[in-house]
Amino acid sequence: MLESNLIMVGVNHKSTPVEIREKLAFSSTKIEESSERLACSDEIVEHIIISTCNRVEIYARVNDQDAGIRSLKQFVADFHNLRYEDLDRFFYSYQDYNAVEHLFRVSSSLDSLVIGESQVLGQVKDAYHQARTLQASGMVLNQLFEKAFTVAKRVREETGISEKGVSISSAAVELARKIFEDLENHSVILVGAGEMAELAAKHLISYGVKTVYVSSRTYERAVKLAETLNGSAVEFSNFANEMHRADIIITSTGSPNFIITKEMIADAIHRRKNKPMFFIDIAVPRDIEPEANDLENVYLYDIDDLQSVVNANMKEREKEAVQAMDIITGEVQKFNNWVDSLSAVPTIVELRNKAEYIRKSELERTLKKIENLNDEDKASIEQMTLAIINKILHHPTIKLKKQTQTEDGHQYLKAIRHLFHLDD
Amino acid sequence: MTKILFNISVVSYLAASIAFFVFLVHRRGMLSKSANLMVALGLVFHTLWIAARSSETGHGPYTTTFEMVVFFSWIVVLGYFLVEWRYKIKDLGAFVIPLVFLSLFYSVFLSQAPPGEQSSEMLWMTLHRTLSITGYGAFTVAFAVGLMYLIQEHQVKSKKLGIMYFRMPSLEVLDTLNDKIIAVGFPLFTLGFMTGAIWNMKRDIPFYSWDIGKILPLIIVWLIYGLVFFGRLTIGIRGKKAAQGAVFGFVLVILTYFMHV
Repeated sequence: MLESNLIMVGVNHKSTPVEIREKLAFSSTKIEESSERLACSDEIVEHIIISTCNRVEIYARVNDQDAGIRSLKQFVADFHNLRYEDLDRFFYSYQDYNAVEHLFRVSSSLDSLVIGESQVLGQVKDAYHQARTLQASGMVLNQLFEKAFTVAKRVREETGISEKGVSISSAAVELARKIFEDLENHSVILVGAGEMAELAAKHLISYGVKTVYVSSRTYERAVKLAETLNGSAVEFSNFANEMHRADIIITSTGSPNFIITKEMIADAIHRRKNKPMFFIDIAVPRDIEPEANDLENVYLYDIDDLQSVVNANMKEREKEAVQAMDIITGEVQKFNNWVDSLSAVPTIVELRNKAEYIRKSELERTLKKIENLNDEDKASIEQMTLAIINKILHHPTIKLKKQTQTEDGHQYLKAIRHLFHLDD
Repeated sequence: MTKILFNISVVSYLAASIAFFVFLVHRRGMLSKSANLMVALGLVFHTLWIAARSSETGHGPYTTTFEMVVFFSWIVVLGYFLVEWRYKIKDLGAFVIPLVFLSLFYSVFLSQAPPGEQSSEMLWMTLHRTLSITGYGAFTVAFAVGLMYLIQEHQVKSKKLGIMYFRMPSLEVLDTLNDKIIAVGFPLFTLGFMTGAIWNMKRDIPFYSWDIGKILPLIIVWLIYGLVFFGRLTIGIRGKKAAQGAVFGFVLVILTYFMHV
């Protein structure tokens, strides 16, 4: 009988400090090498290795779970020339249902450092594709990983887990997109050439902003940054005059005083006929008079405001993670049903083989005894025997496939094997 | 028979309203799809009801108050689908469809007797009423959009980004919609107003006997929407002010209506 016997062994950012994790990482060439070694093992039927900066995990189907877990840990230690005893406490391991659930959590980014980040799914996919090319994975793991990708997709689509920005610049972009629909037709001006401002600007550009102005106390710096951002430089003395052209203003100068006052903004808004402006003040001390936020159609966020948006978003993601777990639990159940139905397949095949064997031998005997049969008669007798077998086995086959997906499924398998004498 | 058509549409709109509200909290794609399906179902029976009623009375649904309220809510549903189809604002239904349900539910308590004596100058009456009702329908959708704008604006301004921040579309989209809907609603309402005056004159009702209590609030309503409509082009009334105008104008429309029933 085929059994799934799934296990997984791993370390991640929660269980293991980075000093250890970096020693355990498998580069892509190392994965090739280790796959060869693991393929030689009698213990391991198929396996997939995932190695990212936050985790190293090996999923495997084995003959014996406890021995399998032990030998995987031993393998990781040996491969990196470390002592098993030193590493053992960092490992976590899961079996069957729990291993499946863990993989689904990983691929859906519930187990990530930043919940809902999108990188991990790509990394799991890469690991899977490499394992397939190396022929390290087989039927069960392939199905498991394919399923993990669908689950991740469902979680992404049905929960808001990755909707909310969790970095300062992504929160800023998100706000910009709640104020302006299409960033493509909007412009941004950078006042001061700080690194954070540049990052935020790049983020905005990646969301479609096409017109970029840069203004800095040292004009050369403004020109240089404008070049990298594909924008144009504006004289610092002149930026107040140009400000009304921009929809989004990012400030990050080192000035000790406000360089943009409420009046200046009121004037700009007036010149824009009340078209909204979004100010992002990343400078500390701040560059923009905070009271400017009281002006209508002006939205002013400083670094603390953005940070609190990020914090709120993190909390939102955690809430969404609870909903995601519902999806995962359901999918784990479905996957288990699939695995269970697998174990019905060999039994059904054996049952059919046995029936076919009996049919053939009986048919042969009978045909020998009867004389004067032409080929047509023989064919219709053969046809009849086939039909009898098929009709008798039809219902048991279907029932067996169904029943093996229920809790007491193995009882049915046992009964069938016993009644039809399949195990001898 | 017509009663059954009517009841099915009322119940569909109620079910859709509930589904839209639940969707606001629990983002299940199924919810918003089935809510829209229920609105569509409601619209089908709503339309059938209007057709049946019209063939019974021999003219369109604008002679009794009851008919006009039903016709008005029908226009709002059409407007909703038009905006939904063009802009795909998933949560608009939560703001518009309850209003449809409420107005239909309210109409149940109105006299449903068929119209008595036909008024003279039917053409002008038909023009006046269909234009005005369509204008009011547009104002209703503008109200819902304005409300959404004010909610979203408050979230972004106060920097307390709650659940609605993620649900509502961008301020720009809502403001554009406000612009477009009022650009449709205001001219219709104006034409309705003018054809109403013509209808009165055709019936030889002298100016001084017009009900000033009825006309004055309508002039204020007209001024408000006019300010939003022309103000955008001239003095840059947009965003929050435009949304406030759409919300306030609609509240005044409702008050005026109940003052005169």
